[in-house]
Amino acid sequence: MSLSVSDTILAVVTLDRAVAGGGAPIFYVRDQAEQEAVSRILSHILNAMAHDLQNGTYIIVKH
Amino acid sequence: MIRTMTGDFSLTTLPFLMGLMAGTASRCLMLQTDYRRYPGYPHGYVAHLALGFIASTLGALAVPALAEKQYTAATFLALAAQQFRDIRKMEHDTLLDLEEHALVRRGKDYVDGIAKVFEARNYLVIGVALFTSLGARLLGIPGGVAAALASGYICLRLMSGREVGQIALVKEAEVRFEGPNLFVGPVQIMNIALAESRQTVLQHSIGVVLEPKNRQGREILADPGQRQAIIHDASAAVGIRRDVDNVDFTPLARRNLDTGAVALFIPALDRNPEVLLEAVRRVPVLETARGGALPVRKG
Repeated sequence: MSLSVSDTILAVVTLDRAVAGGGAPIFYVRDQAEQEAVSRILSHILNAMAHDLQNGTYIIVKH
Repeated sequence: MIRTMTGDFSLTTLPFLMGLMAGTASRCLMLQTDYRRYPGYPHGYVAHLALGFIASTLGALAVPALAEKQYTAATFLALAAQQFRDIRKMEHDTLLDLEEHALVRRGKDYVDGIAKVFEARNYLVIGVALFTSLGARLLGIPGGVAAALASGYICLRLMSGREVGQIALVKEAEVRFEGPNLFVGPVQIMNIALAESRQTVLQHSIGVVLEPKNRQGREILADPGQRQAIIHDASAAVGIRRDVDNVDFTPLARRNLDTGAVALFIPALDRNPEVLLEAVRRVPVLETARGGALPVRKG
């Protein structure tokens, strides 16, 4: 049996340098294309979903 | 001597044989209606039919045995009940274990319903066999045939529960995005960040809106277990466009809080809305969902 956390933010992918700290790893990216790519890879690796907070930040959440 | 044999035949063997045949036949008939409630693998059918045969033997034996004052026959029926309950539990646990790796889950409510149906059908078979053998013992072959037909008919009526199509209007609806937010009709379903996923969802998804016909329908659709059952059957009908590591294409059903209507989207492999709508209409109304929707006189 495998255990995994769910309904938590596993990672933050952001364009906004002001985003700092918190419980999840933060990935700073240069532009939206990189943000898409990083989020896509992370969501596949973690079996989680990327959500757009519409402020330049994507969060990767396991449901 | 000959008279005794004939008497024995019409009082014990004939009722038993007729009950056995009627019981097994009724199990075969009920098997046809359960293709969505159980995976229809050949060994599954064999298990159902074998248990149906055993159940009808018990039912058919009861009347001749009791008439001969063999009261231990009642104990056998109690044993059978215990056996069928164990089988329900086994069925329930197996299906739940399988759920863990399913791309689209049935949900606990649906699994519980399937297991209950599985158990209940065996009791119905016992009932059919019992009534048939009683009819045959009292009125001979015509009595047996009449009892078999009547109990078989009642049985089939009892087992055909209501379907979603009877409690709600099922219509296709537009799937669209507002920014990252996915909407089906007026209902927001979820937030998808990745542009590539949004493109796939737009291209391949079918949106469905279920409008409840009355208040009871509204409560049934509100039940998350019922909605999961709808999603499961709908995905099975058109094929689901996702793999284990792609959660963006998880089909979801969300509720319109103003009207109680439920909207769902299915990223389909086979984009055939007609098939999907028909599958949704034919999803059984779950007992657990109906429990929460008691009819009230006022209000």
